[in-house]
Amino acid sequence: MPLLTVNNLSTAFHTRNGVVRAVNGVSFDVERGETLGIVGESGSGKSVTCHSLMGLLPTPPARVESGSAMFDSVNLLSCGRRQIEEIRGRRISMIFQDPMTSLNPYLSIGEQLMEPLFIHEKIDRASAGKRALAMLGEVGISDPDQRLKMYPHQFSGGMRQRVMIAMALITRPDLLIADEPTTALDVTVQAQILDLIRKMQGELGMAVILVSHDLGIVCSVCDRVMVMYGGQLMESATTAEIFHQPKHPYTRALQRSIPALQPKGGELHTIPGAPPDLHHLPPGCPFAPRCGQAVDYCAREPVGLRETAANHSTACLRVQRENIAV
Amino acid sequence: MLRFIARRVLETIPVMFIIATATFFMMRLVPGGPFDSEKNIDPEVKARMAAHYGLDKPLFQQYLLQMKHLLQGDLGPSFKYPSRTVNEIIAEAFPASLELGAEALLVALVLGLAAGLIASLKQNSALDHAPMSLAMIGICVPTFVMGPLLILVFALHLDWFNAAGWFFPRDRVLPALTLGAYYAAYVARLTRGGMLEILHQDYIRTARAKGAGGARVLFKHALRGGILPVVSFLGPAVAGLLTGSFVVETIFEIPGLGRFFVTSAFNRDYFMVMGAVLFYAVFVIALNLVVDVVLVWLDPKLRFE
Amino acid sequence: MTIVPDKIEPAPGAANPSEAGVSFWSDARRRLFKNKLAVFGMIVVSLLAVLCFAEPLLCPRVVGFTYEQQDLALGPMPPSAQHWLGTDILGRDLLARLLYGGKISLLVAFCATLVSLTIGVLYGAISGFVGGKLDMVLMRVVDILYSLPFVIFVILLMVFYGQKIILLFVAIGAVSWLTMARIVRGQVMSLKQREFVEAAHALGLSRRRIILRHIIPNLLGPIIVFTTLTIPDVILLESFLSFLGLGVQPPHSSWGVLIKEGAEVMEEYPWLLLYPGLIMALTLFSFNFLGDGLRDALDVRGSKD
Repeated sequence: MPLLTVNNLSTAFHTRNGVVRAVNGVSFDVERGETLGIVGESGSGKSVTCHSLMGLLPTPPARVESGSAMFDSVNLLSCGRRQIEEIRGRRISMIFQDPMTSLNPYLSIGEQLMEPLFIHEKIDRASAGKRALAMLGEVGISDPDQRLKMYPHQFSGGMRQRVMIAMALITRPDLLIADEPTTALDVTVQAQILDLIRKMQGELGMAVILVSHDLGIVCSVCDRVMVMYGGQLMESATTAEIFHQPKHPYTRALQRSIPALQPKGGELHTIPGAPPDLHHLPPGCPFAPRCGQAVDYCAREPVGLRETAANHSTACLRVQRENIAV
Repeated sequence: MLRFIARRVLETIPVMFIIATATFFMMRLVPGGPFDSEKNIDPEVKARMAAHYGLDKPLFQQYLLQMKHLLQGDLGPSFKYPSRTVNEIIAEAFPASLELGAEALLVALVLGLAAGLIASLKQNSALDHAPMSLAMIGICVPTFVMGPLLILVFALHLDWFNAAGWFFPRDRVLPALTLGAYYAAYVARLTRGGMLEILHQDYIRTARAKGAGGARVLFKHALRGGILPVVSFLGPAVAGLLTGSFVVETIFEIPGLGRFFVTSAFNRDYFMVMGAVLFYAVFVIALNLVVDVVLVWLDPKLRFE
Repeated sequence: MTIVPDKIEPAPGAANPSEAGVSFWSDARRRLFKNKLAVFGMIVVSLLAVLCFAEPLLCPRVVGFTYEQQDLALGPMPPSAQHWLGTDILGRDLLARLLYGGKISLLVAFCATLVSLTIGVLYGAISGFVGGKLDMVLMRVVDILYSLPFVIFVILLMVFYGQKIILLFVAIGAVSWLTMARIVRGQVMSLKQREFVEAAHALGLSRRRIILRHIIPNLLGPIIVFTTLTIPDVILLESFLSFLGLGVQPPHSSWGVLIKEGAEVMEEYPWLLLYPGLIMALTLFSFNFLGDGLRDALDVRGSKD
């Protein structure tokens, strides 16, 4: 039984300028202990998907319009406030993109680190302190007793993200959602944080959803990868498959665009056009306007993920119907 | 922390000194002042003045004498009430103002914080617009309108309270409300503004992602930052509150310091004025210090400057 | 290394109005007009200003009475068909007096605000721009002045130098420039360091050009907001002084004077307090809402409220 089963999740933002369909019919599973990557550009809906699962979207403008997210026989999208508060931070933890602003500047690191313990377990201060200390050591922060008393502004970006990870994992959750955890960090620090996530996963055995716009990062850490565009899933397969045998035109274009993989001195590939206007999405495939392989029915007919090879699903009508190799 | 406080206290001394000096010279140099030789002064007062201020000595010596008196805490004789000193008058009238100010502060904090918190949590709903509109009324209706209105309605028509006087505990209610309304309004607006800014921060989302419930998010995470603008505002505000309000004390016939302050300016009772200025300045400076200490305690970023 | 797209295609959504460029001021204007309370404030303020300043025309013709026309036989009367808001003790029409008083109150407010604005902006801009030791000294002076009870000084000034209206402007203005100075200085200091100033420098713009085209437009925002918010404070201060008998003198009148007269007889003739109080509160409301709306539209933060 998968740890998390998301079925047909749709989230929309009701703004004064119209309705924005940020997530449109997304379905996927997460198995215990597996690392799932979600790749997409800004506005693809990857962050909104995660926030919807955790119920962290501001609900006046945002609304989960449909779908279910079964986590251990609890539907995260419709369970009551108390239930989701019990799950957050204890069974499912989330870390965010900007460690600078994600930590409370007015509370000490120790205070924030111990907080999940106070919220979810009956524990006294001394024991919580010990666990916090141990956790800081595990995420590779030196001098932990001093650090516990310090404040976020005294830490560097990389260290803050380590603290975030410690905070997320101190309760040994079943699932860690990492929403662009390295985007705001230097490249060298990025690698360290990714290693840390992998190491912690090895020790604790939790599942990880890693969200990023960087295909390279996702492929280096994850077992399986999903590609999102315009609020919908475009492709879902194992890392090896996605990397070596991408089927969806968008994934192939993404891959072609990675500068490091291209011969030096040649012309850089880009994907022409601009990201979709989420206020006015075409009824069919959201990538159709920019797709080099699009035909007339692509923009008209809705498309969903269909298995096109073993453990490899693609949401492209042309791949599904004609099995084109693009 | 202690060094911080000590340093600030030391800084206060030159400031008070400057204020005292400025006031001294202002009073001597302004026409129609107390030392104007053409003025017709009560001989008793004249004698006291001559003794106290050494009017026959050169100006600089008078200055030193005045400073000496001040350092000893002697604020001099009053003009208007020749048989009493400024110290006595202040000591007698201050308690009433202090009590009124404290009660008005209570009103301001309780009403203002509650209204501001609720408004920030229910932004753009009726629970936001209603308290904020009331707050606007508090700011826009001056005390000398609010006071008479409250008396008209609650004392004269409904007969729930006395129209004036400071004898029974009941007498405190209307004056405290009148004086506190303005400050409550400001506290409400500042609280709402501060909390709204905080509630949209990323770290509030992190707290909720950890499973923190509404109360914990509010009191443990949001309040500390949200309350900073209120704390800053309260410094000079409390100084004003505690040293009495002329309007409220006059309307409700409260024997407080505020009345003396203003009438002394009117009556050209300059030693009283000097005393009032210095007294008020001491309060403001002390309260600013308290505010700064509280701010540093609340905001760790300030601690390392 | 040139970047060539795989396929040349027009960028979708270019005609989309939400992507069309919008200047800062027109965007601010749009946001301001969306704010119903601010629009309400704007309308009321404009209406009142027009009505009050047109008083010499309106009073004899439309209202039927001038502000000084007495009718001792009539005495104080509640609102009637002839006197729309009633009459005061000397039989003078209240509406006419309100219009006239409004003219004076608004005039004093605008002029005093102008004084305050001039001093505050110059002081703050110089302090912020020059920076360094001069800034430290200037701001210390402001800090010291903040700890003085201004009301007393205004009263002293008025008492010493008599009660001419010009003096009133100057006294009030001289007392309220402090916050404006602080805000302007803060804004100038942060602007100096902002990246677009560095960018302008790097592009080779002269200092004068930088000041004119980049710094001043960014100063206008906070200045406009706080000027709008200073006006109600000044109106309150003037009416307080008039309440004390120090402000505007007969035969002139102002809202403060009217309120004072009304408060004295509020038990028997409540309308004499209610209407002036209401009008003044309405005016203060409107200025405050307008100021708040401007602050939101121009996206200004500040230390005042």
